[in-house]
Amino acid sequence: MSHSFRLAASAVAILCNSLAQAGNLTIESWRVDDKGLWEELLLPAFAKAHPGITVKFSPTSPPEYNSALNARLTAGTAGDLITCRPFDVSLDLFKKGQLDALNGTPGLKNFPESAQVAWQTDDGKSTYCVPMASVIHGFFYNKKVFAELGLKPPETEADFYGVMDKIKAAGKVAPLALGTADQWETNQIVFTSIGANHWKGEEGRKALISAKAKFTDPAFVSTWEAMAKWAPYLPKGYQAQTYGDSQNLFGTGRAAIYPAGSWDISYFEQNSKVEFGAFKPPVQKAGDPCFISDHTDIAMGVNSKSPNKADAKVFLEWLSSKEFADLYTNKVTGFFSLSNHKIDVKNPVAKEMISWRNQCKSTIRLNAQIMSRGTPSMENELWNVSSQVINLKMAPKEAAAQIQTGFAKWYQPAK
Amino acid sequence: MQQGFSWRVLVFITPALLIYGLFSAYPLLDTLHLGLYTADETGVRSFSGLGNYATILSDPQWSASFWNAMLNNIKFFGVHMLVQNPIGLVLAALLSLKDVRFAAAYRTVFFLPTLLSVVIVGFVWQLILSPLWGVSERLLTVVGLGDWFAPWLGLESSALVTVSLMSVWQFVGVPMMLIYAALIAIPDDIIEAALVEGASPWRIFWQIRLPLILPTLGLVTILTFVANFNAFDLIYTVKGALAGPNYSTDLLGTLFYRTFFGYQSQVASPTMGAAVATLMFLVILVGVAAYFLVVQRRLQRFAL
Repeated sequence: MSHSFRLAASAVAILCNSLAQAGNLTIESWRVDDKGLWEELLLPAFAKAHPGITVKFSPTSPPEYNSALNARLTAGTAGDLITCRPFDVSLDLFKKGQLDALNGTPGLKNFPESAQVAWQTDDGKSTYCVPMASVIHGFFYNKKVFAELGLKPPETEADFYGVMDKIKAAGKVAPLALGTADQWETNQIVFTSIGANHWKGEEGRKALISAKAKFTDPAFVSTWEAMAKWAPYLPKGYQAQTYGDSQNLFGTGRAAIYPAGSWDISYFEQNSKVEFGAFKPPVQKAGDPCFISDHTDIAMGVNSKSPNKADAKVFLEWLSSKEFADLYTNKVTGFFSLSNHKIDVKNPVAKEMISWRNQCKSTIRLNAQIMSRGTPSMENELWNVSSQVINLKMAPKEAAAQIQTGFAKWYQPAK
Repeated sequence: MQQGFSWRVLVFITPALLIYGLFSAYPLLDTLHLGLYTADETGVRSFSGLGNYATILSDPQWSASFWNAMLNNIKFFGVHMLVQNPIGLVLAALLSLKDVRFAAAYRTVFFLPTLLSVVIVGFVWQLILSPLWGVSERLLTVVGLGDWFAPWLGLESSALVTVSLMSVWQFVGVPMMLIYAALIAIPDDIIEAALVEGASPWRIFWQIRLPLILPTLGLVTILTFVANFNAFDLIYTVKGALAGPNYSTDLLGTLFYRTFFGYQSQVASPTMGAAVATLMFLVILVGVAAYFLVVQRRLQRFAL
């Protein structure tokens, strides 16, 4: 089995590689949805400023990206520019010598220290990817449904359930468009988003890393408890509902609220006529300070085996320019540039989401830094237990215990 | 004829031997070899003997996922043996009767799904069974069984069986064709002689036809076994590499995929993956060997 896989992977990689020559750059990415935008907008803009360099955008679908990239990097057939996942996944590539250190690259000056952390070694000495954008998590709501029922976007958790009760009682549309078939949404869009208010953002996250807090503490267990309360508001058969199904439900106006990542804005703008707004994750009690998951999500680095590093550096320089920041923020809607450049966000929903940065404190996804690098992989474990909790197949306390046990197994401070 | 070294034999064997050696034997041996190594975080490999196997079989988390995948795989195989092959046998028996109208058309229709891509089969069945847009709930309601509907693919209790049945639907044509070919190879005079002796069609099937096709049924069994313990693609298409819910559809193939290639933030470990692949190889090897040593030898063959 393994050999046929490896053969197929290297055959594909060799085919792709034979197209690469000097003066040409290939970008590895997981943003399949943005292929059109890259080819029609971003790359032509780059070509205008740098006519000698031809760039090809060659994405792999998100679930396969890490595995496929790994195979290609190992076989020496990956593209010149590598789109970097944040924290541990890219750190692993850097430690294996597959990504070049970018220390001293002039463009990095355009990014605040906090944006670079996701692509630095733990001691902060080496940076290996140029930050591109962050994504913000929250909820979208169908404006028409809310207006018809006289509802306001909820501020507190009690409001949130109240609003959903009314939508459910009206019986026309599903209150909440979410399924657990694909599993990742329950962690990346739900758990680490609504939980930030429970564990007070960075405070809780850093306490876990320094082992001052445990997943079995009330702040974390109560997040899973809140998620378990969602089950009655989900569409019938949500256990077999995929991410695409949820998008379709909300996009066709058959659901009132959609737990969202900001990247979904461009999907709905392109594929649906539903008028929607956004509200931030509700706080536990009125007057509580709010926290949002404002996740440094995407960056770009140089393949250490690239035959064309000089041109790759030129491209990264352009990536840190104001021109790119503006294009990326306003054309690839829902991704917010991490640079210091002042950018006007034009899309109203995106503008609403980015305004939360001024009202609330930002944190990144709970497990992104350090916590996901061991075995068992906390990311995969969180997908699983969070889905089980929403499926009502696992008690919140069990979920917490399982994650804590897995974490303590390999993380010395947490033992 | 004179025995001895023959250049002609060598010339004829070499091309096939080279291709087999390069693309089959060498990667297999390399995988066995790789499973004995371990890699540190910079990717440097060092020899660790049977360390990976000790981890997989004794570490609580690793062994739990390994035995879960193994048990699921056995159930997956069980569904194929209990559903796919009996249906294949029945279809073949019906098709090989004399004077079945449109027999050729049926044969083609039953075999057609086998030719479809797994991705299409997975997608179509996911749509049919979807609780949101699928037709299955409405069809059940029409016959008064609407209450029986459940999001089968999403429930821990039914996901594995559902995926297994999707696979059965796709591949039932293979045992059907093999058994059909064996059935029509039975000479007519044997059947006619039995008819003249007054045997009922039922008795002809059980006491004449079935014993004559036993070797083929054995072959079908072993092919099913090998294919099932190598299965990966349908699970990956329908449930993703995490094989949810709660790993209830995880097979050895998906476990291998996650280990070897990594998944999301789970870092790829080719050495550990090679160990999992080796264990899969051993399971299949033991299964096939047991079949050949125990079953195959006892099968009686009749000269027809």
